[in-house]
Amino acid sequence: MSTAALTGHSKKRIGIVVIAFFLILKFSIAEAVPNIDSWETQNGARVMFIAADSLPMVDIRVVFSAGSARNADQPGLALLTNTLMVSGAGKLSVDDIAEKLESVGAELGNDALRDMAVLSLRSLNDPDKLETALEIFRLIITQPTFPAADLERDRQRLLLSLKHRQQQPESVVKEAFYQAVFGTHPYASPTQGTEASVNAIKREDLLNFYKRYYVARNATIAIVGKLNREQAETLANELISALPDGEKPPAIPAVPALQEPSEKRIELPTTQTHILLGQPGMHRGDKDYFNLYVGNHILGGSGFASRLMQEIREDRGLAYSVYSYFIPMAADGPFQTGMQTRNDQAEEALTLLRDNIRRFIDEGPSADELERAVQNITGGFPLKTDSNKKLVEYLAMIGFYKLPLDYLKTFNDNVNKVTVKSIQSTFKRRIDPDKLAVVMVGGVADKP
Amino acid sequence: MHKNAIWAGIAIIAGIVVLFSLTKNKDNPSTANQSSSSTVYEHQLDNGMKILVQPDTRSPVVVSQVWYKIGSSYEYNGITGISHMLEHMMFKGTKELAPGEFSEIIAKNGGRENAFTSRDYTAYFQTIANDRLELCLRLEADRMRNVIFKNEEFLKERDVVAEERRLRYEDQPRSLTYEQFNATAFVSSPYRHPVIGWMEDIQAYNVADLEAWYKAWYAPNNATLVVVGDVDPQQVFKLAEKYFGPLQAGEIQPPKPQLEIPQRGKRRIEVQAASQVPYLLMGYKVPSLKNIEDPREAYALEVLAGILDGGDSARLSRQLVRGKQLAASAGAGYNLYSRMDSLFILSATPVGEIPINTLEQAILAEIEQLKQEPVSATELERVKTQVVAADIYQRDSMFYQGMRLGILETVGLGWTVMNDYVENIQSVTAEQVQAVANKYFINKHLTVAELVPTVQNSQP
Repeated sequence: MSTAALTGHSKKRIGIVVIAFFLILKFSIAEAVPNIDSWETQNGARVMFIAADSLPMVDIRVVFSAGSARNADQPGLALLTNTLMVSGAGKLSVDDIAEKLESVGAELGNDALRDMAVLSLRSLNDPDKLETALEIFRLIITQPTFPAADLERDRQRLLLSLKHRQQQPESVVKEAFYQAVFGTHPYASPTQGTEASVNAIKREDLLNFYKRYYVARNATIAIVGKLNREQAETLANELISALPDGEKPPAIPAVPALQEPSEKRIELPTTQTHILLGQPGMHRGDKDYFNLYVGNHILGGSGFASRLMQEIREDRGLAYSVYSYFIPMAADGPFQTGMQTRNDQAEEALTLLRDNIRRFIDEGPSADELERAVQNITGGFPLKTDSNKKLVEYLAMIGFYKLPLDYLKTFNDNVNKVTVKSIQSTFKRRIDPDKLAVVMVGGVADKP
Repeated sequence: MHKNAIWAGIAIIAGIVVLFSLTKNKDNPSTANQSSSSTVYEHQLDNGMKILVQPDTRSPVVVSQVWYKIGSSYEYNGITGISHMLEHMMFKGTKELAPGEFSEIIAKNGGRENAFTSRDYTAYFQTIANDRLELCLRLEADRMRNVIFKNEEFLKERDVVAEERRLRYEDQPRSLTYEQFNATAFVSSPYRHPVIGWMEDIQAYNVADLEAWYKAWYAPNNATLVVVGDVDPQQVFKLAEKYFGPLQAGEIQPPKPQLEIPQRGKRRIEVQAASQVPYLLMGYKVPSLKNIEDPREAYALEVLAGILDGGDSARLSRQLVRGKQLAASAGAGYNLYSRMDSLFILSATPVGEIPINTLEQAILAEIEQLKQEPVSATELERVKTQVVAADIYQRDSMFYQGMRLGILETVGLGWTVMNDYVENIQSVTAEQVQAVANKYFINKHLTVAELVPTVQNSQP
C-alpha cells in the first residue's frame, strides 16, 4: 500500500458543510514518540534502543557503512558480500542457518543499499527461541565463512537477475539516471553490479570487503522490542563483541553539482516510456532538509496532494504514477522526478515535468499549499512510528546518519518553521532547472 | 522467511490493484495468515451494514477500511476490470464534494489513504490520527451512495487506468504470463479475468457502465466497516450509526455462481514476450476453505504450501535453488481465503541454461514425493512454529489486522474463522498433507505456462 496522502490543490472547493466539519487541532506528538536510548559497546558500535512492551517480540537491525558506495571499482561487491554472509557462518551451512532460524519462527533479512549494508532479525522474545535466533545472527555477523560453492550459486542468480533487469524499463532508467547524476562518484556504482564486474569478483574480494567494513566502529545496532535496557545491552554485546573494533571508513566524498544539462534516450520494446529527471539533491542532516522536504511534498511528494499528480494525472490523465523526491544519503543523494506514459505522449510529459519544476523554483509554493502540506505532515506524524517495524528502521537511520536523538520529537517543530519564502529561496539555491539530467527509456512512439 | 536481496520483488502472484502507487512501499502487509487473541467487537446496522472494531492502543492512530463485496470475480466478458475502474471513480466527487476533494480533506487532516481492488473485494482505507475517525466515516458514507459520474472526469481516469495497465502488465513479461495462465486454467470461472481488466475492455467502458456498476453494488448491505486502532468500540458504533445508519439498503442481486467446469486434461501454453529470462508457472485446481467439504483439507493445503515455500529451509529453496541448483528462485502459494475455488500455484525461474522442462520435471518430482511419503515431523513442526510466530508478528501492523477481518467477512467466511486459524494449522497431520497432495495434485487438473523470451542475451 502506498503511504502517501492524496488531494488536488487547484480545485474550487464546494460543500461548505464538509469544510466546516473538521477542526484543525494542535497535535501534541511529544508523548507519542517513545524515548530513544543510545550507547556504545566496548568495541565501538553504536546501539539505539526503544523498549516496546505490547508485543512479545524483538526487532534488530544492524547496519554498516558497507553499501555499494564502497564498491570502488568492483560493482556488485557490497551486495554479494552481504548476500553471502547469510550463506554460511561458524560451522553452519546455508541449510543449517535457514533450518535453525525458521524452526524458532525467526525472520532474517539482508540487503545492501548505496550507503548501508543491512542485516535484520525479527524473533519472538521467548527466551529459548530468542537465544537460538541470536546465536545464529551473531555467527552471521561475526563469523561468515563465504563458502566458495555458495558464491558460485549466488553469482549465477545475480547474473540472471541482471539479465532480467535489462528488459525492465524501471530498472534500466534508474541505472542510467544514477550514471547521469553521479558520473564518477561512488553513488553511480550499480548496486547489482554489471555482468563483467560480477563475473570478476573473487571469494578473496568478499573476505577483504568483509574484514574492512564489517567492524564494530562501522556498525549501528537498532533494537526495538520487549526488552529492558539491561537486556538490550546484553543482547548488543553478545551480538557484536566478537567483531574487531576496526576503523571507521572514510566519509563518502561530496557529490559535485552537475555542470550541464544532459538527455539520454534508451530504446526498449515497451509500450510506455519511463522518464526520470533530476540532479544531486541533499544529504542526511542537511541544513536545508526541512525546506526541501516540505517543498518537495508540495511539488511531487504527497500523492494526490502534489502539484505533479494534479497537473499530470488528474488534469490530463497522462500517467498512473508521477512523483518527485529527495533521497537524502550520507552525501547528497538524488533529487528525482519520474513518471511513465504511453510512448507517443513522452515528449509532452517531459515538457510538463520540466515546466512544473521550473515554475516551482521561480514562484515557490502558495501560502495555501504550504499550509496544507504542513497540516498533512504534522497531522500524519503519529503514522510514521505506529509499528515496531517502522520504529526500528527510523532508529537505524538516526543512528547511522548521526542525527540528533530528538529527531523525531522535534520533527513537527522543524516542519512548522518552514515558510513560503524559505522554500522558494532554498529551491533556488539547491536545484538548477537549467542543469537537469534526463533519462528516457521506452519504445518508439507508434500510433496510440 | 528470509527476504533475499537479489531476487526481491520479482516474485508475482499479484492479486491486488491499488489506486496509485509511489515508489517507496515500505509497509506492505505480509501475505501469511494469522489468528489472534485480540478482541473484535461486532455490530450490525438496521440497513444491513456490518461494523467490526479491533482495538489496538499502541499508537494514537486508527485504520478505517470500508469493504465492498465486489471485485473482478463478479464481472463478465466485455466489462472486465470495471470494479477497479469504479474504485478510481470513487475519488471523483459526490453531490457534496468536488473531484479530488475527498483526498484533499483527508490530506489536510494528516491522513494517508488509498484503495484497492482484488478478485473478491474492493476496499477503501484511511490511516489517520485517532481523533479524526469521524471525518473518515462521514466521507465514506457520502461516497457510498452519492458519487456523481462526470464524463469529462471519467475519460481522463480511463486513460490513467490504461497507463496503469501498461505499467503493471503490458510491459511486464511475467505479469503477462500470469494473466494468460489464469485465462487458460479457468474456463467458466471469472477468476480467468485479470483484476485490472483486458485493455480492450478498459478502452470500451463508458460512463453509464460505471454508474450502473456503482448502483448495483455500492450499498450498506453489501459493505463492511472495519476499524482497527486506538478507539472505543462503542463510540465507533455510535459514529457508524450516525453516518451510515441513514443510508438506504440496496437491492443486491447475488452474482451468478459462475463455477468452474471440471478440467479434462493437462493444459499448457507458451507466452512470448520481450524478456531475456524464462519463467514457469504451474497450477493445480484446488478448493478454497469456503467451498471445501472437509475444512481440514484446506488447512492441510495451507501447511503443504509452507512445506514447499515457508522460507529458505523449505523444500523448493533447499532442493531446487540450492541442492540441484536448477532455479534462481522458486515459490508456491495457496489462497485459503478466496471466494471461489482457485489454484495451488508453483512458480520458478530457471538458472543459467537449465531448460524449462528440466525445472518442470524437478517440480513434479517434488510433488510426487509429497504424494509418496509423509512429510517429516521436523518440517511439520517448523511450519507450525512459523505460523505461531507470524501470528504475533502480524499484530505489529494495524493495517494487516484490518485487512484480515475485511477479507474474511467479505468473502463470506466470517471473521471468526481467524480465531481458530492457529489451532486448525496445529492439528494438521503428515498423513493429511499426504492425502491432499494425492487428492488434488493430479495431472489432468494441472495448467502450465511458460514465458518464452524473445530477446536474445545482450548487453545494452
